[in-house]
Amino acid sequence: MAAQLEKVFNVEAGAYTTAGEASTTIKRTLKQLGASREVLRRVSVACYEVELNLVIHSMGGTLTLLVDPEKVTLISKDVGPGIPDIDKAMTEGFSTANEEARTLGFGAGMGLPNMKRNATDFDIQSEVGVGTTITMTFALE
Amino acid sequence: MPQTRFHSVRLEKDKCRGCTNCLKRCPTEAIRVRGGRAHIIDERCIDCGMCIKVCNYHAKVAVTDPLSSISRYKYKIALPAPSLYGQFGGVRNISQILNGLKQMGFDDVFEVARGADVVSQAIRDRLKNPDLPRPVISSACPAFVRLIQVRFPSLVDNIVDVRQPMEVAAMMAKREFARKNNVREKDIGCFFITPCPAKMTAIRHPIGHEKSAVDGAISVLEIYGLLSSQLRKAPIDPSLETATDLGVGWARNGGESYAVCPENSMSVDGIMNCIHVLEEIEDDRLQGLEFFEGAACTGGCVGGPLNFENSYVARASIHRLATRNPSDDLNVDSGTMTKYDLYNSESIHPKKVMMLDEDMEKAVAKMEKIDEVLASLPGYDCGSCGSPTCRTFAEDIVQGNATMMDCIHKMKERIRIMAQQMVDLAETTRE
Repeated sequence: MAAQLEKVFNVEAGAYTTAGEASTTIKRTLKQLGASREVLRRVSVACYEVELNLVIHSMGGTLTLLVDPEKVTLISKDVGPGIPDIDKAMTEGFSTANEEARTLGFGAGMGLPNMKRNATDFDIQSEVGVGTTITMTFALE
Repeated sequence: MPQTRFHSVRLEKDKCRGCTNCLKRCPTEAIRVRGGRAHIIDERCIDCGMCIKVCNYHAKVAVTDPLSSISRYKYKIALPAPSLYGQFGGVRNISQILNGLKQMGFDDVFEVARGADVVSQAIRDRLKNPDLPRPVISSACPAFVRLIQVRFPSLVDNIVDVRQPMEVAAMMAKREFARKNNVREKDIGCFFITPCPAKMTAIRHPIGHEKSAVDGAISVLEIYGLLSSQLRKAPIDPSLETATDLGVGWARNGGESYAVCPENSMSVDGIMNCIHVLEEIEDDRLQGLEFFEGAACTGGCVGGPLNFENSYVARASIHRLATRNPSDDLNVDSGTMTKYDLYNSESIHPKKVMMLDEDMEKAVAKMEKIDEVLASLPGYDCGSCGSPTCRTFAEDIVQGNATMMDCIHKMKERIRIMAQQMVDLAETTRE
């Protein structure tokens, strides 16, 4: 089997002081692996969005980075609260961010659409009361 | 490509004590201490001069040209960086400085601030193109540009393709002097009076074009004493002063932004601060930003390591000089914009020096090994091993450039175990 790298990051709910740290490490990792600038650009954007989503909207979870010679995979898995209406959540401009997040400049309702736009493949599974899993892959040309 | 490329920043081995000051502060992790002496990893060094500033033993130096080197040319033109004007607190008149400089043996003086006027116009024109990726990033500070090449490969396309003010000033100075005096351009040498080593390196290895129009770089420190004494003596010829306040303002961080896009720009000084904001730009967090200006040194070029005056004092002096005639007019005619090579002839490429291996699979395997090694290290980031952090130490071990026993904490642990083994051995053989 081809070499595959796996890194798992714990992301705490509401932890704004450490928000973005997982993304910074992921970017550094990809640079060291020699990812192209185009891949880096797309992963950077999606990765930060998804990490912030975990901080702002979820009850905490993990962000997993997988790298194999063909693709980069990012998996965000949280423990709730789950999204009641995924179609609505995927609509540009729709946001449920609280006041605290908005004053920090988040919550423009572009998060999920932005991730989808940057990923080669995008999948979201959610169940209210259980949690949300987002899987994004990025092809390495 | 030659194995060792030119760098202005060098190490004087005899003075180096092998401490961790430069090691810990290098923004590209380009320094290692091996055998009690610092070493600079050529491919990673961006010539920012941080190590020169933080070395308590003055073991890090910048190589620039001596003043005597101007004699190589029949005609000599001085190109003072705008930041030079901030070096003489009492001087309120730029002409005085320019005339003093000319007295030192130059046939003419051409302000790099004038080059900055033209470059500002060129960037204003570029910003009219909505297709350029935003934010458009300044190309003025070579250390900052190399930082992007080394650490932010996804942002190289944002760097504006306009040449540096010193390049434009050199082209203009040569053309005008040759015409006025009816001499050949190749007999003219243009010497940049530089506040920083990165500009020296940029003359030897231009970024974005093949050859520099500048023929040498003389540090501000080299001429400071002589120029100070000339200031009082020099006759004042006001015609040497051609730049606008906007061009002069480039000497400090924010000056370029003010000249090209005051309504929607951001300027950041200090290389570590630049890294933090570039991370945000990389994540597309600064949406809507038009122009970004980064400077490696505190305060911008006024904070360059080859200046005499304190960065903040110089900044205040520049502020006075750059706010004499508030206007947004750069005084650049359309002829100037087409007459010179203002734009890059080559595209800027990322430098993959942080890459662990050309082969992705091998790189992945190395990365796993690094994480494994890192987990066994104490995580003090003390630098005693000669690598700046435990992580870089783990990378160095995996790349074959260090061994585990370079870590004094691991060594201590090993000695403790061996001592215990000796005791055990002694006890079992007592009978």
